[in-house]
Amino acid sequence: MIIINIAGVALIGLIVWWFWLYKPSTSSTLKDDTTIEVKDGVYSPSVVQVPANKPVTLRFALKDQSPCAEMLLIPDLDVSEQLKFAEVTKIKLTDLAPGEYDFNCQMKMYRGILKVV
Amino acid sequence: MASNIQSSGERGDMIKDEQAQRFIIEGAGCASCVVKIENALKATSGVTSAEMNFADRTVLVTGSAKTDQLIKAVESAGYQAKPFSEELGSDALDEKEKTESAYYKTLVKDTVIALSVGIPLMIYGLFIGQMTVETNFERAAWLVVGLVTLGVMYFSGKRFYIGAWKSFLNHSANMDTLIALGTGTARLYSLVVVFVPDALPIMARNVYFEATTMIIGLINLGLALEIKARGKTSEAIKRLIGLQAKTAIVIRNNKEVKIAIEQVLLDDIVKIRPGEKIPVDGVVVNGHTSIDESMLTGEPMPVEKKQDDEVVAGTLNKSGLIQFRATRVGKDTALAHIINMVKRAQNSKPPIGRLADVISAYFVPIVMIISVLSALAWLNFGPEPVVAFALASATTVLIIACPCALGLATPMSVMVGVGKAAEAGVLIRNGEALQTSSRITAMIIDKTGTITEGTPKVTDIVLANAQSEDEILKLAASIESGSEHPLAQAIVDSAQSRNLKLLEIDGFNAITGLGVEADCDNKSLLLGNEKLMQQKNIALTDFVDKAQDLAKQAKTPLFFAIDGELAAIIAVADPIKTDSIEAIRRLQENGIRVVMLTGDNQETAVAVAKEAGISEFFAEVLPKDKADKVRELQAAGEIVGMTGDGINDAPALALANVGFAIGTGTDVAIESADITLMRGSLHGLADAIAISKATLGNIKQNLVGAFIYNLAGIPIAAGVLYPFFGLLLSPVIAGAAMAFSSLTVVSNANRLRFFKAQKK
Repeated sequence: MIIINIAGVALIGLIVWWFWLYKPSTSSTLKDDTTIEVKDGVYSPSVVQVPANKPVTLRFALKDQSPCAEMLLIPDLDVSEQLKFAEVTKIKLTDLAPGEYDFNCQMKMYRGILKVV
Repeated sequence: MASNIQSSGERGDMIKDEQAQRFIIEGAGCASCVVKIENALKATSGVTSAEMNFADRTVLVTGSAKTDQLIKAVESAGYQAKPFSEELGSDALDEKEKTESAYYKTLVKDTVIALSVGIPLMIYGLFIGQMTVETNFERAAWLVVGLVTLGVMYFSGKRFYIGAWKSFLNHSANMDTLIALGTGTARLYSLVVVFVPDALPIMARNVYFEATTMIIGLINLGLALEIKARGKTSEAIKRLIGLQAKTAIVIRNNKEVKIAIEQVLLDDIVKIRPGEKIPVDGVVVNGHTSIDESMLTGEPMPVEKKQDDEVVAGTLNKSGLIQFRATRVGKDTALAHIINMVKRAQNSKPPIGRLADVISAYFVPIVMIISVLSALAWLNFGPEPVVAFALASATTVLIIACPCALGLATPMSVMVGVGKAAEAGVLIRNGEALQTSSRITAMIIDKTGTITEGTPKVTDIVLANAQSEDEILKLAASIESGSEHPLAQAIVDSAQSRNLKLLEIDGFNAITGLGVEADCDNKSLLLGNEKLMQQKNIALTDFVDKAQDLAKQAKTPLFFAIDGELAAIIAVADPIKTDSIEAIRRLQENGIRVVMLTGDNQETAVAVAKEAGISEFFAEVLPKDKADKVRELQAAGEIVGMTGDGINDAPALALANVGFAIGTGTDVAIESADITLMRGSLHGLADAIAISKATLGNIKQNLVGAFIYNLAGIPIAAGVLYPFFGLLLSPVIAGAAMAFSSLTVVSNANRLRFFKAQKK
C-alpha cells in the first residue's frame, strides 16, 4: 500500500511539473514561410519569436473543424480574428514592442506565445 | 437612357465592355514590383489601365480583358493574384456554414457508431448479465467485445486521443486530455481484467467496455448539439453580413452594367431601383426616394433621401429610383465597419470572464490531481473491491469535470448579447463596455442633438415696433447669414422657407456672448440677448416679461432692434425629440440618475429638463467643462455614462466610465465612444443599458451554473457521498452530465436571442 501511495504522490508531482513548472526553452523564429498549424488542440509551433518594431505577418492554418479552434485572439494587441478552415489566415502586425504576448483560442484551450525580441 | 444590363454570370465571361476589376496581389514585397505588375497587366490585350496600390497590395485594372487573362499576366510576372473579395462577403459565410455542417455530420456519425455499440452493452450489464470475468468463456466473449469497442474508440473517438497526446507533448491539457484519460483508464483496467484476471480479486473483475463507448458517444452527441446551438449565437452577425448586396448596377460609358459589388469603384454612379439594396455608401446625385435603414439603425421609420443626401450600404430602397455617387466601397463602407466592430466585440471578453479564464488555465491538471487523490483515498480507506472502486471514482472524476462549460460561459453570452445590441442599432465596442454599462448609476446626457432634435427652429416672432414678421425675418436673416451659430442658422432657414430674399449688409460685428450688429438697407440693426440691448440702451419695457415667458417654454428669445428701437423678439427653440421623454423615463425606472448638461441659459435648461422629466441639470456649461461634470459625479461615487454626439463631447465621452455617442443614422466611426447608438433616439440608450444588463445577468447564470456544476460534480464523482448515502456515480452518468453541461451553457446564452429591445 505504501508503494501505491508513494506512486500516487509521485504521479501528482509529475502532473505539477509537466503542466505547470516546465518551461519550454525552444521557440521557433518566425520566417517568411512559417505557418502556425492549428490542429488537435495545439498551435504548432506554439512559441513564435519575431523581431520588434518591424512589420510581422503571422500565418495561421486552421486544420481542425471544431469551432473551438476557429477564433484566434491576441488580447494584448487587440487582435481577434476568425480563422477559416483549410485556409491560411494572415495576421499583420506592425511596431510590436518587445515582450511576450499570449495568443489563444476563445476558450484558451489552444495557447501559444508570441515572443517579440 | 437606353438600358443595357449585362448579367454577371461567370467571372471570366462577364467582362464585355470597359470594366474595372480589383485583385489582391501576393508576393509583392518591394515598391519596384509595382511597376513590374502594372506593366505585365498593361501588356495584356484589352487592358486600358492598371494601377497598383502598394499599401494594401491591390491592383485595379480597367479594360475588357478577362479575369483569367489578368491573373495569368500577374503570374507570368512572378506574383500571385486573386480577385478581390471582401472577407465579409456572404460567400465566406456559406463556406463557414458548410464546414460546420460537415463537422456536425461527422459528430452525428460518431455518436451513432458509439451508442449503437454502447447501449446494447449497457442494457446487457444492467438487466441481463454481469460485466464480470469469471470463466474462460467470459474471457473470450469480453475479448471480442473489447476488440469491437477498440474499433469504436478508433472510429468515433480518435480525435480526442490525438488531441490529448499532442497537448500533452505541448505541456498543456484540455478537455481531450480528460476524456482520453478517463476512457483510457477504464479501458486499460478492462484489458487487465480480461488478460490477467488473477491479478485482481474476484469482486473487482469488472469490465468497463460499455462505459468507454457510451462516454465517447455521449460526448460526441453533446458536441453535435452544441454546434447546432452555437450556430444560433451568431445569427445577428449573419444577418448583418446578409445585408450586403452581391451585385450593383453602375453607369459606365453611358451604359448600365451589372457588376459584382467588389468591382464598384469610388465615384462610380450607381443606379438603384425600388426594392433594391444599396450596395455601397454614396451621395444621391439624382432622384428622390425613401430608404429603410432599420436594419442598421433600428429606426423603424423610412428616411427620405433627395439629392446630396447620404445613402448607406445594406439599407433598402423603398419607393423611388435614384442614382448615387459611390463614396465608400469595399471594406470602407459603414456596413463593413459595423460588421467588423460587432465581430471584434463579440470576441472580446468582459472582465467578469477573467476569473473563469484563470481557472480554465489550471483546471485540467487540478482535475487530474483530484482524480489521483480520489483513487488513493479509495485504495486506502474504501471497501472491497478497492481496486474497482478506485478505478471507477478516478475515471468518473476525469469524465465529469467540464472546463468547457466554464470556458464557454462568458463568450457565448457576449456573442449573443453584442449581436442582439447591433440589431437594435447599438454598437458595443468591447466586453468591458458591455459590463460597465450594466453597472451605470448615473447618466449625463448632453441636451442638444440627444434630448432635443439639435436643429433649432424659429418658433415665435413677437412684433414690438415693426410692420410684418416677414420684414423682421428678412432683416434678421440678412445679418445672421454670415454667422455659423446654430441660432443664426435657424433664422436663416426660416427666412429661406418663407422664400425671403436676403439683403446685403455692412459693418457686421459679432459681439461675443451677446449677439451681432450690422447695417442693412440704411438701417442700423442689432440682434442679441437682453444684455446686448441693455448695453446699447434699447428700451425693452414689458417685452422683458414676454421674453421670460418664451424662455420658460424652452425657447431662446432674441431681441431685434432697428435704429435704436426694439422691433421684435424672435424666439428660437430646439424641440425635444418625441420619444426622449419615454426613453428618459425608462432609464430612471432602471434606477439611473439622469443628469442633463447644456450650454444654454438657465431658463431654457429648466424648461427642457422639466419637459423631459429630468430633475437634475447643469446649464451654461462650456464644451470644455463637460468633462469636469463627469469627474464630479465620479468623485461622488457614481459609475457615470456620458451621452453626446461624439464630436464636441469627445473628452467627456472618453473620461466617462462608458461613453455613448449618438450617431445620426449610420455615422459609426465614433472613436471616442464605448457604445455607439446608430439611431438618433434616446431609446437606443435605454436599450443599450437593458441589453447589457440582460447579457451580464446571463453570463452570471452561466458562470454560477458552470462553477456549481464542477464544484458539486467532481466531489460527488470522487465519492464523497458514498460514506453517507452509499452513492457513487457511474462513469456513463458522468459522461452524459459533462456532455450536456456545456450544451446547457450555450442554450442559456441563446435565451438572450429572445430579448426584446424597445418597449412599445
